[in-house]
Amino acid sequence: MTVTINGKAHQLSTAPDRPLLDVLREDLGLTGTKYGCGEGQCRACTVLLNGKPVTSCLTPARLADGKSITTIEGLATGDRLHRVQQAFLDAEAMQCGYCVPGMILRTVSLLEVTPHPTDAQIVEALDGNLCRCCGYVRILAAVRRAAQTTDGGLPHAE
Amino acid sequence: MDNFEYANPSTVKEALSLLTAGAEVLAGGTDLLSLLKDEVHKPKRLVNIKNIKALGGISKAGNNIRIGATVTLDELASSQLIRAAYPSLVQAALGITSPQIRNMGTVAGDLCQRPRCWYFRSGNGLLNKSLVENGENKYHAIFGTGSAQFVSASSLGPALMALGATVKIAGADGKTKDVPVAQFFKAPSAEGEREIALAANEIVTDILVPAPATKNATYEVRHKQALDWPLATASVALRMSGTKVTSASITLGHVGPTPVRATEAEKMLVGQTITADSAEKAGAAAVAGAKPLSQNAYKVQLAKVAVKRALLTAAGVKAV
Repeated sequence: MTVTINGKAHQLSTAPDRPLLDVLREDLGLTGTKYGCGEGQCRACTVLLNGKPVTSCLTPARLADGKSITTIEGLATGDRLHRVQQAFLDAEAMQCGYCVPGMILRTVSLLEVTPHPTDAQIVEALDGNLCRCCGYVRILAAVRRAAQTTDGGLPHAE
Repeated sequence: MDNFEYANPSTVKEALSLLTAGAEVLAGGTDLLSLLKDEVHKPKRLVNIKNIKALGGISKAGNNIRIGATVTLDELASSQLIRAAYPSLVQAALGITSPQIRNMGTVAGDLCQRPRCWYFRSGNGLLNKSLVENGENKYHAIFGTGSAQFVSASSLGPALMALGATVKIAGADGKTKDVPVAQFFKAPSAEGEREIALAANEIVTDILVPAPATKNATYEVRHKQALDWPLATASVALRMSGTKVTSASITLGHVGPTPVRATEAEKMLVGQTITADSAEKAGAAAVAGAKPLSQNAYKVQLAKVAVKRALLTAAGVKAV
């Protein structure tokens, strides 16, 4: 199958029963996408499939055939972080960091559709992205901060 | 998870020919992949129907609105056609958390998903009445039928049933049939029987929701505001003449092995104006026949309140 990952076309061959998450982490070494629960409950494995957030642990790899995927590794441009990544750093929004790739990708897709979300819209959008450190207050602050900065979009979105 | 073969047909006909013994339909995969990982389902082949163009889209079709089987929950909740006529469906779809699941999960998948009963999900069967009665049962049925004490997990089913919708099914012989949503769900009487009227070699192709519009709403009660399954829902559709109800359709969700029609409550409301008082009485009538298990009497109250609030929302009456 052919998949565009972070703007680069990949020819992949994989058994049909493997989740997209395993292919990203094990075959392509893109370990920024995290395995949390494996059953779609925690959103740590969120990636953008054709620009929309999905849980890669519940996505059979073959469903990505012909599609475009953005992982956390695809957000920065060279050494310059994506504005959402920078906002999460500036707001010190991570403790262990495990949920953060999923949080950031969900935020990127939120801001594409809703550039100036209310707090209620942020909470609704991140509903289901679990943070085991319970750092939700700072995560909310990071999303607010990201919405206030205007530079930088999603480099590889279609 | 056992190995399986993956098939990627582009027409319904091709998909049906691939649905031989041991094959299952894959659409959003949000429920199916969990079932595979828990080894509750062990298909030999998955037939992906997401690339069949004829199964997508929402459109007007005569007096109906046609919703394609593989329309995602996000597409449903964002559709102007649906938002204008069926707030009940939008409310039911938005109750399905979270955004990721709504981007993946499909309308037909919501109807066809398996129950969340933890005895079923841990490989102890769907109809294990003694485990349910003697074990943890706080999320089980208050309207159980025989050994079927699980609750239907569908969020759209109760709303579609109250709206009088029909499921269109294509079979292996090339024939199609229309099944009212009320008959699509059934309580199985033997282990291995499905809880929906869909054979293994059939595919749901469309859902037809009749116009003209009613005043309709869905109200969901869950344990917490964030990501969770509903504890009880009520979906209502009212036909009105001025402020008086001429006919009412009320369906409870997540309280029985199928969506539960509240016919007594429906009858009571005919000729009435929807007020906090009449809505409250309809709620009480809707749960009058409930038979809670040892740990779930609280769901009776939740279902009652859900009916009251759905009625008030549909009629545009401010709750007090």
